[in-house]
Amino acid sequence: MIDRRLLTNFDWVLAGLVMTVCLLGILNIYSATTPYKIVGVAYYIKQFYWMLVGITISLAVCSLDYHILEDLSYWFYGFLVLLLIAVLLTGRRSMGATRWLNIGFFNVQPSELMKIVIIVTFARFFNDFQEVGGLTVKDVLIPLSLLALPAALIMKQPDLGTATLIILIALSMIMYVGLRWTTIVTFVCVTIPMIWIGWMFLFRPYQKNRVLDFLNPERSRLGSGYHIIQSKIAVGSGGFTGKGFVKGTQSQLRFLPEQHTDFAFSVFAEEWGFIGCLLLIAIYFMLVLWGLNIASRCNDRFGGLLAVGVTAMLFWHIVINMGMVIGMFPVVGVPLPFFSYGGTSMITSMVGIGLLQNISMRRFMF
Amino acid sequence: MKDRRFVRELVKSKQRIVILSFVVGIAFLFLVIRLWHLQILNADDYHAMSENNRLRFVPVAASRGTILDRAGKVLVSNRPSFSLAVIPQEVTDKEALLTLLSSLLGLDRTEMAERWEKSMGRAKYYPIVLASNISRDHVEIVEENRLHLPGIEIEMKPVREYTSSQLAAHLLGYIGETSEKELDSEGFEDYNPGDYVGKNGIERALEKELHGGDGGRQLEVDARGRILRTISESYPTVGNSVILTIDAAIQKQTESAFGDQAGAAVAMEVTTGEILAFVSNPGFDPSLFSGKMPADVWQGYLDDKRHPLENKALSGQYPPGSTFKMITALAGLQDNKINASTSVNCSGSYDLGTSTFKCWNKKGHGTTNLHKSLRESCDVYYYQLGEKLGVDKIAAAARAFKLGSPLGVELLNEKSGLIPTSEWKQKRFGKRWFHGETLSVAIGQGAVLMTPIQLVSMAATIANEGTIYRPHLVKRIVDADGNTLRETKNEIIGTASFPKESFRLVKLGMLAVVNEPGGTGAIARLYDVKVAGKTGSSQVVKMRDGKNNSKYQYRDHALFVAFAPFEKPEIAVAVVVEHGEHGGSAAAPIAGRILRAYFDSKKPPRKETSESKQEDEENADTEESSAPTAVNKPRINGDPAND
Repeated sequence: MIDRRLLTNFDWVLAGLVMTVCLLGILNIYSATTPYKIVGVAYYIKQFYWMLVGITISLAVCSLDYHILEDLSYWFYGFLVLLLIAVLLTGRRSMGATRWLNIGFFNVQPSELMKIVIIVTFARFFNDFQEVGGLTVKDVLIPLSLLALPAALIMKQPDLGTATLIILIALSMIMYVGLRWTTIVTFVCVTIPMIWIGWMFLFRPYQKNRVLDFLNPERSRLGSGYHIIQSKIAVGSGGFTGKGFVKGTQSQLRFLPEQHTDFAFSVFAEEWGFIGCLLLIAIYFMLVLWGLNIASRCNDRFGGLLAVGVTAMLFWHIVINMGMVIGMFPVVGVPLPFFSYGGTSMITSMVGIGLLQNISMRRFMF
Repeated sequence: MKDRRFVRELVKSKQRIVILSFVVGIAFLFLVIRLWHLQILNADDYHAMSENNRLRFVPVAASRGTILDRAGKVLVSNRPSFSLAVIPQEVTDKEALLTLLSSLLGLDRTEMAERWEKSMGRAKYYPIVLASNISRDHVEIVEENRLHLPGIEIEMKPVREYTSSQLAAHLLGYIGETSEKELDSEGFEDYNPGDYVGKNGIERALEKELHGGDGGRQLEVDARGRILRTISESYPTVGNSVILTIDAAIQKQTESAFGDQAGAAVAMEVTTGEILAFVSNPGFDPSLFSGKMPADVWQGYLDDKRHPLENKALSGQYPPGSTFKMITALAGLQDNKINASTSVNCSGSYDLGTSTFKCWNKKGHGTTNLHKSLRESCDVYYYQLGEKLGVDKIAAAARAFKLGSPLGVELLNEKSGLIPTSEWKQKRFGKRWFHGETLSVAIGQGAVLMTPIQLVSMAATIANEGTIYRPHLVKRIVDADGNTLRETKNEIIGTASFPKESFRLVKLGMLAVVNEPGGTGAIARLYDVKVAGKTGSSQVVKMRDGKNNSKYQYRDHALFVAFAPFEKPEIAVAVVVEHGEHGGSAAAPIAGRILRAYFDSKKPPRKETSESKQEDEENADTEESSAPTAVNKPRINGDPAND
């Protein structure tokens, strides 16, 4: 069933880059969770299992021709929106937000899956839509409403991080398709008042606090600003060569919040220093460039759009998470792909890699 | 045409990819510049912040709320427990430090070295506990010698202290470290491994109130480990305190009244449902459960055939025996099967078909009416009444008293007891109900089961002439500053509606049990208050032959329920003495002591000036109250099986 040519075209560069980050991530999780009292299976072992699960899913995704998605995209979209509504109605509360949906034996976060589905949906939409000389304001109205519905539902959970990411992924794809200048100007004129309205009426107090803390981290030393300060101390004190594996004072003394998930990079930066960070950023940079390369080499529009979408997803995760850890962005719950501890993030990212692999393997099929 | 457009589009999209790549490059460059700024340009500052300041996070466990009795007497509180810890990174000469510690404190050097060695793989900034639960003297010595003990820290955490030794152990329960299973279950999201959690009794049932919220402190310490300043602090919130309805004095009297005997007793306020004493005997030492339980003590608890770990007052289910006769009597009066003057002749046994049902008094009670049947606990009277009523009418009366289901006391695992019906037997065993079984049920034997809480509720309901209050143990919840957060409201959970006249007849019968010649419960009599009660003894083994009953586990359970004062009831009590044989001789004296303790506690508080005089009076009281016992004893001994 699987074409022999597909195997010879397997993208080893892509797989190699991802595996490197995964293994560095597991190593880092080992260090980050040493000071924890652990009940049951250790986090780094669990992450290893998640990696295996992720790889399996990734291989499953790339074994089917991605063109199937073209037909299914809107069905996926509709189903996911229904799930998001279901979460709001019945979801499990965790850390003040309703994000999880209990489907029989395991919990899923539909908002996480929405990242992939929005990519597929937009790829389908712009593949069908042939514009000349850039998108007009009228052209983007439908895709923007396709975006607004799930984004609003996720915002309501409330999950600011995921909502922002979905918006950024979608906007990246729109930019890739191309906009007219008039569209960009109109957009700016509409968005700014909308942000103001959002700030005044829609943001939850903790969300406002995070933004304010970001603008002025000294605002609250024990509250949310505290995370940024401690993280900056961790990263900065790492210096050029770092303090060494399992020797970071900030992480081992548990100054860092969520140091095995969202702040995993801060542990890494402290223990491996500027050199280590440069290496990790270089790998991520190559991964993103490789994703764009796959998009560029792909000879059909749907595949190109998909590849750009997935790459945008990875890119924004990386930039926002690292930016947050080093105090360039407010603290939003965005994990570092393949590096932070967590099954949901691992699976979403791996599905994305599966799609890229899929597109990369079939580039000669036309 | 179409091809050309396709190619043009393709070229355009490739151009955009190039632009995107540049954008990505710039974004990553920003990250690198920022990292350069943090890790190269300002590295020294941040390094100083992280290392030289020696910031330290010390988690501060919340103090658990205290548990008090109704008068505010502390039953469970916390005391600080100190442990000796070392922070390896601050120690230069490990051997010298250990030698110094062992010479200063007299602690075992090798044991401390072992503990240290075991934790070496951990981060060297994390404190290692060298000795736990050290004395206050040791703490003082360490504080005095701080300068010579760099890296040594005293850690303090609150541990549970049971101020009245083993008082009310089953009721209070104990705490222990959270289990893996608990951590995975709902409601434990805020708990970490190593946290203490209520495992039993009030500690468990009111865990959410008692636990409080953990906090932590960011400290800056100097090179010698001395605290320079607290950078930030999130205070632990002390758990709320629970004020029980229990009266510690009555509780104590009740426990001592049991002596070595196994059993349970509950005393309850008739007009509120507040439980004043809640005893399961023998008790255990709850403080052993939160620390290291000595193996021999644990084995001792397990081997004791009196089952000290079982909460008999809550989960013990006993056949109520003759204490159930009030229910049968009320059912009979309700159904007009009997009235006050209906008499039967008791010859000592009753024949139904081929079986013979014996009265406890082989000689027989002769002509017996309702009053006498209660006073002298005649079985034959109830055999005949039961036969006329049928099991389902008796069961209906019992259910009107809310028997056969948990009454809703705050503790977990309250048992429901059992009130059999013909339908129940059909469902449970697939068999038809036999008449003979009804006769057993009529005297509280057979399948009938009641918990001590249900027994006391039944007595209180009779005293109330039908109003059933929910028995409860928690009076109110107060915060650390003593402000009342919640107050338990007295709750009427049902009404056993029988005619007032029926209740009066039954109550007069109960009064006779304690106060009239021939009554089976005379030991519970008080000189100053009219007590009404009912004895009972329930068979543990069916068809017991006289020889076997010497063996402890085959002896009958002894029961006694009572309320007082007769005219205006205030308190109801229920006592079960496991394998105590006769309600009148084993259970009634305990009930008498509970009632004595209750009415003594109601006396006006003694004045300091006339203390000695008051004490004399009190001594006189006890003498007087025991006087009728002495007089009555021979008579009771005259009827060896007084029930």
